[in-house]
Amino acid sequence: MERRTIFPGWRLPLLLVAPQLLLTLVFFYWPAAEGLWQSLTRTDAFGIHTRFVGLANFAALFADPRYRSSVAITLVFCAAVTALSLGSGLVLALAADRELRGRDLYRVLLIWPYAVAPAIAAVLWLLLLNPQIGTIGRWLVALGVHWDYALNGTQALLLVIVASAWKQVSYNFLFVLAGLQSIPRAVIEAARMDGAKGFHRFRTIQLPLLAPTLFFLVIVDLVYAAFDTFGVIQAMTQGGPGRATETLVFKVYQDGVVNLDLGSSAAQSVVLMGGVILLTALQFRFLGRRVAS
Amino acid sequence: MSGCRDWLAHLVLGLGAALFLLPIWLAFCAATLDPAAIDRGELSLVPRLDHLGVFLEVLRHGGPGVGPVWRMLAVSAAMALAIALGKIAISILSAYAVVFFRFPFRRTAFWIIFVTLMLPVEVRIIPTYAVMADLHFIDTFQGLTVPLIASATATLLFRQTFVAIPDELLEAARMDGAGPLRFLWDVVLPVSAANLAALFVILFVYGWNQYLWPLLAATSPRLDTVVIGIVKMIGIDTSTEWNKVMATAVLALVPPVLVVVGLQRWFVKGLTEGEK
Repeated sequence: MERRTIFPGWRLPLLLVAPQLLLTLVFFYWPAAEGLWQSLTRTDAFGIHTRFVGLANFAALFADPRYRSSVAITLVFCAAVTALSLGSGLVLALAADRELRGRDLYRVLLIWPYAVAPAIAAVLWLLLLNPQIGTIGRWLVALGVHWDYALNGTQALLLVIVASAWKQVSYNFLFVLAGLQSIPRAVIEAARMDGAKGFHRFRTIQLPLLAPTLFFLVIVDLVYAAFDTFGVIQAMTQGGPGRATETLVFKVYQDGVVNLDLGSSAAQSVVLMGGVILLTALQFRFLGRRVAS
Repeated sequence: MSGCRDWLAHLVLGLGAALFLLPIWLAFCAATLDPAAIDRGELSLVPRLDHLGVFLEVLRHGGPGVGPVWRMLAVSAAMALAIALGKIAISILSAYAVVFFRFPFRRTAFWIIFVTLMLPVEVRIIPTYAVMADLHFIDTFQGLTVPLIASATATLLFRQTFVAIPDELLEAARMDGAGPLRFLWDVVLPVSAANLAALFVILFVYGWNQYLWPLLAATSPRLDTVVIGIVKMIGIDTSTEWNKVMATAVLALVPPVLVVVGLQRWFVKGLTEGEK
């Protein structure tokens, strides 16, 4: 969409756009280019000689069972966090979408966790689920469950999923509620007169109208789970036990910062960038259509 | 029928609210307990009001592995404010330039910014660190904040808002002899107030909650944010003083929660209208 009326001149606008462009070039394009270059090179153990190795880093990466298992863990983790947070957000929003006493209070009580840092959510959940000090953790042990996420990989994954999803419910709740409230009352009334009730009404009327919002949330939740949960994992499991909670971002950090394998870490970053660009493109196709309609 | 459904809604919402509040209430209570009692698993849902001094103590003296919490809170606040205000400022200016002017390479400039839309710092973490080292930004406040200020999302959001401003408004302003900067200040900013407020909340929370970037970019304890500090405190396996950890966690939650709840109305409106 273009405006009819504009201001004349080109010096001022260039000046206005310059800071943003400069930051973008220095902190996005330069690192991206450097990362791409690093992903095609290998440096010897002493960090002296760097040589071009083509796609060898990528080949090594995809041949590495550790990397493949990290991909699988990330997929399970992201899918579970998305399903859990979007599902809970949806249920809460459906409950809140009505004239209810105390509505405003409920809303405050349900949105504040948006402000909680993932790493802090992790610390709060330790207090619930730690087998020695956690309230729920001790119940589980008392009930005879072998609850010890420091030893059991599945339990560790479950732990980071719950803590990560908990924090993200608010965001989903807000968007679904806004989506529900933007459905015209007339549509709901018409459905009611046709005798559509409860779940049937939800499935045939609300769900289709909500689909774009839900799709948007799936993308946002996937990106959140993939990239914003480093703090949760670092605080709760450090990627362990074994490598049971080593997601892709956690592995980039481990290999690049801790193990100083820059070539491989850069190749992993490039793969991640590819993933993000794919998700962005998906989202944009949908966002674009939505803006046009 | 409707009464029964309302009852169900209350149940669901009440349960949800409780699930959110429970961990934080438990953390508050744990902060006031003896660390030895927590180690034995003797958590309670009743705080010991005579032990509220622990909050002052961590504020003043910190805990194992970290300095005073007031300092870390100050670093977090400075970081969150710098990121939020910095992002808003450069995004408004660039969106304004792209919408209200025609200049050479306008489309190119827009696309250069736009392509970075969803490239979070986490995916380019190592190369960005290398660039920072070249710029001597490691372990500085600039290093902590400036790389996180570049952002396409805010620019896009403002562009959407600005595009919707009617041409008549601009024509009238030009008729009155208002220049571009005057128009920005007197008309465009007030019109975008809701977006500004919403974006401020989102970006403040984003800045406050950063973990991976500060962990890498600023290793000096002088620049510890409160989120970094908490994870450091529990990193000491043998002698985690859980009461102090939880007191710090509660303190770390207060500012961003206040911002979200305080600006709630704006935040919800701007967030859901502008799509992030």
